[in-house]
Amino acid sequence: MTLRRGALLFLLLAVAIALPPYCGTYYTRFATQIAIYGMAALSVDLLLGYSGLITFGQAALFGVGAYAAGMLTVYGLTDALVTWPLAVVVSMLFALAIGALSLRTRGFQFIMVTLAFAQMVYYFAQSLRNWGGDDGFTLPQRDSLGFISLADHTTFYYVVLALLVLVVLLANRIVRSEFGMVIRGIRDNERRAAAVGFPPYPYKLVIFVIAGGIAGLAGALMANHAKFVSPATMSWQLSGELLAMVILGSANSLIGPIVGAAFFLAFRDVLSDFTEHWMLFFGPLLIARVLLVKDGIWGMLLRATGADKVGAPKVDFPEALEPAADSKPGAAE
Amino acid sequence: MSEFLLEIDHLRKAFGALVATDDVTLGIRKGETHALIGPNGAGKTTLVGQLTGELKPDAGRIIFDGRDISELSTARRARLGLARSFQITSIFDSFTAEGNVALAVQATERHSFRFWQPAERIARLRQPARKLIADVGLSPLGNLIASKMSHGQHRQLELGMALATHPIMLLLDEPMAGLGIEESRAMSKLLASLKRQCTILLIEHDMDAVFSLADRISVLVGGRIVASGTADEIRNHPGVRVAYLGEEDDVGDFRADG
Repeated sequence: MTLRRGALLFLLLAVAIALPPYCGTYYTRFATQIAIYGMAALSVDLLLGYSGLITFGQAALFGVGAYAAGMLTVYGLTDALVTWPLAVVVSMLFALAIGALSLRTRGFQFIMVTLAFAQMVYYFAQSLRNWGGDDGFTLPQRDSLGFISLADHTTFYYVVLALLVLVVLLANRIVRSEFGMVIRGIRDNERRAAAVGFPPYPYKLVIFVIAGGIAGLAGALMANHAKFVSPATMSWQLSGELLAMVILGSANSLIGPIVGAAFFLAFRDVLSDFTEHWMLFFGPLLIARVLLVKDGIWGMLLRATGADKVGAPKVDFPEALEPAADSKPGAAE
Repeated sequence: MSEFLLEIDHLRKAFGALVATDDVTLGIRKGETHALIGPNGAGKTTLVGQLTGELKPDAGRIIFDGRDISELSTARRARLGLARSFQITSIFDSFTAEGNVALAVQATERHSFRFWQPAERIARLRQPARKLIADVGLSPLGNLIASKMSHGQHRQLELGMALATHPIMLLLDEPMAGLGIEESRAMSKLLASLKRQCTILLIEHDMDAVFSLADRISVLVGGRIVASGTADEIRNHPGVRVAYLGEEDDVGDFRADG
């Protein structure tokens, strides 16, 4: 079963790798954008899908990564091997501070507190007069990766794609690890997790910081992609869009958010040619997705190809047994 | 060291004007199975909540294994060996049965900040989990997603999870709630086999189970312990008869009181 899922993933990756020579600069840049937003959406999935934490502030960490990378580049540090890891560290520190406070709340309050922190960071960035204030600032050039120049769009695309694959593999490792089991357990039933002996707070904080680091990396990539950084990279709209990408693609799947990002951006690209009110059409689509498709586009793809269902925890063992004859579904409610 | 494993010392908890735990003092001896009974609304679940640390008492102390645990978090208490099962099924829905127990086994390790090795392939978690699944009678269902299991199976699973943490003491909050006659009997048998392994505080409405399992019984009415003694002493206690007058058998009752 997982073999087909692997095959589907391989196919997607093959298409992503084969793309640039056929599609020209515009669409190579577009694909780069998808990969970057896909990475940011994946970081949201780690929180939303795997930890049950609905954050409305992930754009702030994305933006912090973008600002950190952008500022370092302007200061003349142009080796990506230095600036990108630094951007990740800075984002993780911000995530640590924001998470340490906001994770003391839960549910709806958590959504609002993360939004509030994101707005604080947003207005702080806006107040940076030396860095263009509301207008942001441009980067003189892209960073270089060691000796490799990233000025070429295709080269940059492949670097971003490679990092995305790396992040997916890493995140996949994390969510299946012992730590991953604890955060999923906390998502399923926090009270029970505490009752068996897991203090929820430190585990939630660590996944929040990890997700913040991934968002920060995506932000650093975006700064280099656009050679431009502005407070818009940390607007609350982007936080909402990242959530929409996750939900569109399929939460709790790591790949779904990337697929979601592709659909979201493609939709925006096509629709905004016709009207600037493209949200008018996208909104109903998102609602239709929630009402009609149980587990998002990625889930649909998996089912259409007969690969296994996403969402359910992956087990090494053969297909889970059917419920025993005497059990009635729903009897537990 | 006192003879008591768990000492509840002048515990008090009020919700507004309602005193749910009214100066409760109770000792649970090492190795005994102590049943706590009482009519609906007597404050049983409130008391358990304070023992596990989910509720903060207004006054009084809780001593466990010679140590004052009144201020400790739920997770800390669990790590000291105080395990519980919930009155209302409380499991990890998206995990398999075995995954549920494996996660509970994992909770006995010093920490779970291990990010690399897939948990499903870790034998030191999976093997004990498999054994516990067998112990609680769920062997063929180990790979079933927990949300697809029946209510009775959930109760067995909860017990497996509680046992996985190597508890010194089990707090069982109505383990028979909602079980059919057959299932109750099986659970009763299972509990009887656990008696030797650890100290148990059993909160239960099923009087057959209580009288057959418990070494001692305490009766909670209106937040107060009105009687404490052996099964025979309780059976013949006049105050208890009054408290239970007209009280129906509660098997199959889902009311979320305590």
